[in-house]
Amino acid sequence: MPDPSNYTDRPWMDPEAEPFIKVQSVSKHFGDFTAVDNVDLEIYKGELFSLLGGSGCGKTTLLRMLAGFETPSSGYIFIDGVNMNDVPPYERPINMMFQSYALFPHMNVEKNVAYGLRRDGIAGDEINQRVDDMLAMVELTQFRKRKPHQLSGGQRQRVALARALVKQPKVLLLDEPLAALDKRLRENTQFELMNIQDQLGVTFVVVTHDQEEAMTLSTRIAVMDAGRFMQIGTPTEIYEFPESRLVANFIGSANMFQGRITENGPDHVIVQCKQPDCEFYIDHGVSIQEGNKVWVAVRPEKITISSEASDYNGNNCIKGIVHDIGYLGKLSTYRVKTADETLIDVTSPNLARPKDGNLAMDWDDEVYLSWEASSAVVLTK
Amino acid sequence: MNNGKRSRFLFTVTCFGMAFLYIPMIMLIVYSFNYSKIVPVWGGFSTRWYTVLFESEVVWKSVILSLKVATVNAFFATIIGTLAGLALVRFGRFKGRTLFSGMITAPLVMPEVITGLSLLLMFITLKELFGWPDKRGFTTITIAHITFSMAFVAVIIQSRLAGMAQDLEEAAQDLGAKPFRVLTDITLPLLAPGMLAGWLLAFTMSLDDLIIASFVSGPGAVTLPMLIYSRVRVGLRPDINALATIIILVVATGVLIAAWIMFRQQKQRQLELQMSDED
Ligand SMILES: Nc1ncnc2c1ncn2[C@@H]1O[C@H](COP(=O)(O)OP(=O)(O)OP(=O)(O)O)[C@@H](O)[C@H]1O
Ligand SMILES: [Mg+2]
Repeated sequence: MPDPSNYTDRPWMDPEAEPFIKVQSVSKHFGDFTAVDNVDLEIYKGELFSLLGGSGCGKTTLLRMLAGFETPSSGYIFIDGVNMNDVPPYERPINMMFQSYALFPHMNVEKNVAYGLRRDGIAGDEINQRVDDMLAMVELTQFRKRKPHQLSGGQRQRVALARALVKQPKVLLLDEPLAALDKRLRENTQFELMNIQDQLGVTFVVVTHDQEEAMTLSTRIAVMDAGRFMQIGTPTEIYEFPESRLVANFIGSANMFQGRITENGPDHVIVQCKQPDCEFYIDHGVSIQEGNKVWVAVRPEKITISSEASDYNGNNCIKGIVHDIGYLGKLSTYRVKTADETLIDVTSPNLARPKDGNLAMDWDDEVYLSWEASSAVVLTK
Repeated sequence: MNNGKRSRFLFTVTCFGMAFLYIPMIMLIVYSFNYSKIVPVWGGFSTRWYTVLFESEVVWKSVILSLKVATVNAFFATIIGTLAGLALVRFGRFKGRTLFSGMITAPLVMPEVITGLSLLLMFITLKELFGWPDKRGFTTITIAHITFSMAFVAVIIQSRLAGMAQDLEEAAQDLGAKPFRVLTDITLPLLAPGMLAGWLLAFTMSLDDLIIASFVSGPGAVTLPMLIYSRVRVGLRPDINALATIIILVVATGVLIAAWIMFRQQKQRQLELQMSDED
């Protein structure tokens, strides 16, 4: 019995909870090209839901259907229980920040931000107050009288963000909201987004290319490819238990080895791989027949690199030589070549200062790689 | 060396070209200040033909008619042309869009004689059927001018709209603006330079037109180009030179303003393009 008090943070686990946004078998075709392919999605109130995926996989198209600029070729979209299929964009409780920003070139920053409030017929004083607050938040107060073409790329992005946020809608769709911001502003804005989400209970749907951003910000992530969802889950689920090679590679990096299941127990499986030639012992069962082709994924940071052989049940240990080293400050990445020429990536924290300017491992050193039985994941597709 | 030769060649050719274009006009302007009544004989500087011109009631009448036609024409052509442009670019693929788009550009390539003839035919038929227009003149000329100049406006608006990203209108809708608000707040302000250019173009084209006006005009309604043409047919006249000089001045001013607006529009568009490139 899961603890019900946990549901406040994880409404998608609650069988009773009603999703705030419900996308039901929605497809979108452009001619004979399918941009969004029969997707189902439930997003709950107060979530910060990220859409992640390569260029052209249909993220913007999905957002545009939520905002009402594209009508689904088939399927339904519900927001707050209301079928949105026939509701025009200006009546939806949604605001969108466009990937292209779409700032009004003939209005200055202030007027751009105030535009949405004006349309809602809010009193002048309140508009001024809210615009002031919002401009202060995105640090654009001194640019308030400028026209969009007099701003830098990052400043324009902040105007677009402010214009969408100022209306405090129930749902905010952000198409790559932070891509052009520098690190400091990006972190501030991320923090501010989370604040707004906390205070106002706004539901966010964020498209991003930046997986780190998705990992830190989101309650849940959907990984998209070719118009479909590959996996939907919390950042931890997606990272630790990817369901496919594509997801494993898209979020973080992973070493991927092809092999066959030679033993399938209730609490473990053993996979025999050819490259590298070794047996992988994995401590979670999979529902797949022995003898079937699978892939084993191991994240570079889950692999221990050492110059002495260690032993985890005699499995999950490979010998190799250091092929390449990348020094990244906190971390070093090693590319290790095994006897059969397989390359395995390993990242390892630089705990001690390098002695005499030398790292613990050096090129062509003989090393042993090992990992725990729980660190590898078996993937079937 | 080679370069120098080539540039001298280019310079000569340009000079010839310019001379070919502008010497006739300069001669016209110079001779309009000629005292002599016989045009090619220089009789000293004078502005007497301008005085003659301003005292002629016929000339005034035709100037006023031409200006009236041009103004009303420009006004309606801009409105109708803008609406047509909007319909073509913004309202998606409605039924018969291709046909409509082809039909709207047809007057641009149709020989004026044909346009004039067909319009005359239409007016005569209308009169047979409904008794309207009972007398050809200001109304018929204006209607005729609107039919061809609105095509030019529509083309200008169409190109301006195509270059204008649609997401601005979507953003406005997203922020709660109903379609009509989007039109007045976003689309029309951004189209304003194009509309102004269209207005000026329609105005000058109407002022220029001789052929179509001659076809659809009736007794007593003489536009300025018609007046000039009918007078010089029997020989050059110094007062017509003066009139032509004034027209050149007015048209040049109009063209310069239109060019300036287009130039600014171009620059604005480049800025917008740069904006989207940076990201
Ligand atoms: N109006 C349209 N007509 C035809 N094809 C379209 C249209 N809009 C989008 N597409 C196609 O649909 C696919 C998905 O586009 P979309 O803009 O959703 O991608 P995206 O995931 O947002 O990509 P990016 O990360 O590059 O922004 C693309 O292949 C695109 O070419
Ligand atoms: Mg996109």
